[in-house]
Amino acid sequence: MMLPGWPGGLAVDGLSAVLLVTLAVVLAAVLAYSAREGYGPRFFVLMLLFAAAMAVTVTASDLLLLLMGWEVMGAMSYALIGYAWPDAGRVRAADTAFLTTRAADLGLYAAAGFAVAGAHSLGLDALAHAEAPWRDLIAAGVVVSALGKSAQLPFSFWLSKAMAGPSPVSALLHSATMVVAGAYLLMRLHPLLDATGWASTLVSWAGALTALLMGAVALAQRDLKQLLAASTCAQIGFMVLAAGAGTVGGGTAHLVAHAAVKSLLFLCAGVWLTRDGSHRLVDVAFGAGALALAGVPPLSLWVTKDEVLAGVGDPALLVVAFAASVLSAAYAGKALLRVLRPAGSSPVGLSQRVPLAGLAVAACGLGVLGLPGVAGEWRRLLGATDDVTPDVWMLVLSGVLAVVTVGAVVLARRVPEPGWALDWLLLERAATAGVVRPVFALARALDRFDDRVVDGAVRGVARAGRGTAALAGRRVEIRVDGVVSLTARAARWLAALARRPQTGQLHLYYAQAAVVLAVLVAVAVLAAG
Amino acid sequence: MLTLVIFLPLAVAVVLPAVPRRAVPWTWTAAALAEVALVAAMWAVHGTGGGVSFETDARWIPSVRAGYHVGVDGLSLPLLALTAVLFAACAVYSLRQTRRVREFAGLFLFLETVCLGLFAALDLLLFFVFFDLSIVGMYFVILLWGHGDPARSALKFFLYTFLGSLVLLLGFIGLYLGADPHTFDMVDLTRTPPLSGSPGLAGLTLLAVGIGLGIKTPVVPFHTWLPPAHTDAPAAGSAILAGVMLKMGAYGLVRIAMPMLPDAWRRYALVILIVGLVSVLYGALVALAQDNVKRLVAYSSVNHMGYIVLALGAAGYAAGGTDARRLAVTGAVTQMVGHGLVTGALFLLCGVLRDRAGSYDIGRFGGVARGAPVFAGLLAVASFAALGLPGLSGFIAEFQIFAGTIGAGAVATAVTGALAVTGILITAALFLRVLHKVVLGPPGELTPLVTDVRRPELAALVPLLALSLLIGVAPRALLDTIEPLSAAVVALVGR
Repeated sequence: MMLPGWPGGLAVDGLSAVLLVTLAVVLAAVLAYSAREGYGPRFFVLMLLFAAAMAVTVTASDLLLLLMGWEVMGAMSYALIGYAWPDAGRVRAADTAFLTTRAADLGLYAAAGFAVAGAHSLGLDALAHAEAPWRDLIAAGVVVSALGKSAQLPFSFWLSKAMAGPSPVSALLHSATMVVAGAYLLMRLHPLLDATGWASTLVSWAGALTALLMGAVALAQRDLKQLLAASTCAQIGFMVLAAGAGTVGGGTAHLVAHAAVKSLLFLCAGVWLTRDGSHRLVDVAFGAGALALAGVPPLSLWVTKDEVLAGVGDPALLVVAFAASVLSAAYAGKALLRVLRPAGSSPVGLSQRVPLAGLAVAACGLGVLGLPGVAGEWRRLLGATDDVTPDVWMLVLSGVLAVVTVGAVVLARRVPEPGWALDWLLLERAATAGVVRPVFALARALDRFDDRVVDGAVRGVARAGRGTAALAGRRVEIRVDGVVSLTARAARWLAALARRPQTGQLHLYYAQAAVVLAVLVAVAVLAAG
Repeated sequence: MLTLVIFLPLAVAVVLPAVPRRAVPWTWTAAALAEVALVAAMWAVHGTGGGVSFETDARWIPSVRAGYHVGVDGLSLPLLALTAVLFAACAVYSLRQTRRVREFAGLFLFLETVCLGLFAALDLLLFFVFFDLSIVGMYFVILLWGHGDPARSALKFFLYTFLGSLVLLLGFIGLYLGADPHTFDMVDLTRTPPLSGSPGLAGLTLLAVGIGLGIKTPVVPFHTWLPPAHTDAPAAGSAILAGVMLKMGAYGLVRIAMPMLPDAWRRYALVILIVGLVSVLYGALVALAQDNVKRLVAYSSVNHMGYIVLALGAAGYAAGGTDARRLAVTGAVTQMVGHGLVTGALFLLCGVLRDRAGSYDIGRFGGVARGAPVFAGLLAVASFAALGLPGLSGFIAEFQIFAGTIGAGAVATAVTGALAVTGILITAALFLRVLHKVVLGPPGELTPLVTDVRRPELAALVPLLALSLLIGVAPRALLDTIEPLSAAVVALVGR
């Protein structure tokens, strides 16, 4: 309990446990891989701090601890994207990533306040029972934060920037763990989304549209890491869709399987980026991962994605999601082309081959989570109330579509690369033009205002004070002084006048006394009369 | 005991002329560290209970019922501790100071007594005396050890804040005359709020007290004395000015304005909320446009202090539940402590930059992390603390402020609170900009001059940031001390 009087803490339930195990496994694989890549202590410190923050995020039972882990993850992401800090471009990319995710995080800060107002509690379980207007506001804040962290539309562009970091960082943070925290939060708070009515629909559509549009973006990318990043947005879109539709079992299975697939693909991409050639095992592992990403039967994502789709009720949503599924096969096929390119061979150490092989096995085999017997247990573990299983026709259809699409892309070796998709839907430009530049312009304008008007007024008062003082010194002071000296002169003259009678001659004094007496008598007589 | 704690630095300052020159910095440091130990002991004795400890009430000016009345409670203890720690950090930081060491040490010891006295004062007149003396002391620090245009900045600082203190005195006299019987004693004034029968006079008194304390805090638009004062002050002076002296304004609001003028505070809560919100957003935006890193930190202080004013304004909405308002007040006090530690550290780090390269212009640095990795690490930690990263003090304070303000239950608090949240995004942008321009990226024109922090600098900075980390990770020790006080203040405002 961090705050006195506000219960909260860490707790593990089925969903948390699944995410913790996923985190631990991917972390171990990525760190084992990174040990031979020549990174300094700073890298490992940041990676471990990140893992701790992620562990706090997925086990927090109140908004405060959740937000603590959530924000520290973002900061570690910043530090790791900018790992090669002398390169200004990478630092800028890190800035963009941090600020974009933090802009979305504001939603959680506000949601915590709304929770205090509406639920008198920060506990995650209490949110769904908040009073009416507050409940909707909480949901809105949570949804914005989750979409931002999970790089869903319209926040997706930060994940493109995040690719400036080292490949192992992308393998851990930007594919398997941190970016799925948003999907996790939406699944955890599914009761809240349902309670509002509108939020689950909104979330479903955000996920489906991200899956579709980011699928198109992924297909258009020429850089492998950019392709993988966009495909991550798209795949998390399916998880977000699952959270909106309430298929927590399918969504979580997709999350776990995707974590294995995507960290595998990023590590393989890292091998290719840092070496001249490749390695047989790397090629095979990448190929397996790409086929799994495509949804080719019987590999993992084929099953888990269909579980997600099976939970979608709205036909329009289902059409969009199916189209996104086909696109995922297309961009996976495009990634697969990379393996087919001839390349020289280069050694890959045992400590790197083991994690790659392990992840590849997981990427292929995690489809077992969808097997009839296992799926029930899985849902019981997660405490999921839904009971959706994909129909056979859907499994067959999606499998066939995936195989056909991959085959077509590999054979054609060329896919459309429209400019809007290549440039990530121009999202970053829109954010720069619509938010960043106006804010900086406002900041500069306010700075001038502060200097000229606010401080100018203060300086003006000071000047006026000095002016008044000078005026007083020149004009008023002379007059006042004049009056004073005039008084003094008059006094002197009077004194001289008064000295006149003091002659010392007695007869004159008598005369004066007589005159005064006469005057007094006259006055007395007049007064009496 | 408390009187000893308050006047020990002054006593050391008095005997300082007799100390050999070489021993002066060490004497100063020893006295400052002894203060830290004494305040820590007082905190340990006071514990986390409510009420006032270490109370002393002596006759001073009986004709106006002003006494030497001091004591500590959950509000003053964290600030006394902050004062002691920051002054100790400045003493350690200045171990290598060469210019007029004796006078420098003496002046800082004098200032320490003044600041401790202010946070312990339970009498308005005593509070006012310390308030004014702090202005005098800081005037000489800026004037004699400043750089750039110190005479002008010092004069502006003095006249502006002195004017503020005169307005404050007007307010105090209003409180004195409104009380029956007339008194300056804070405990009596809190027990039976003066002017409760005449809302107009109470409003005017609140206006005077508010402007007086607002200039010191500072809130927009009374903040323009702050940037030049900071820019031209020596590093240790800036650290004390921002870390301790700005808190006097916010402290006064919680100690004097809220409990003594509860009706007026509730009536004008919306004005206070808006002033807080404007300070938050305006301070952050203007800071974003600065290239001088000290001006930047100064404007970010306007932003950070704005959160406090916002939270205190929210505490004036008596309609909602008390739990949210207590959260807001606790957050405000936590913010005072956290901001003191972090901004103190930031100003000392600015001092390192100036000491090495003679400039505060962030455009002329870059890639400092290569030649000065420890400096870079400290600046990174301090910047992230300032932008409110969880695990450091700023977050725990700001989270409580936002949650308490938005959660107070009124439409006005929810809207202003939600708008104020955007302040942390702008703050993030501006501190990342500092890191980007100074620490990271390719080397700049002045980068070769920046050597890493020296031992005294490190010894001054690490405790400040370590305490910020402690508050961020394990805030309960601090929060449990503040909590009874915020419950009391919320109850007093709500009556």
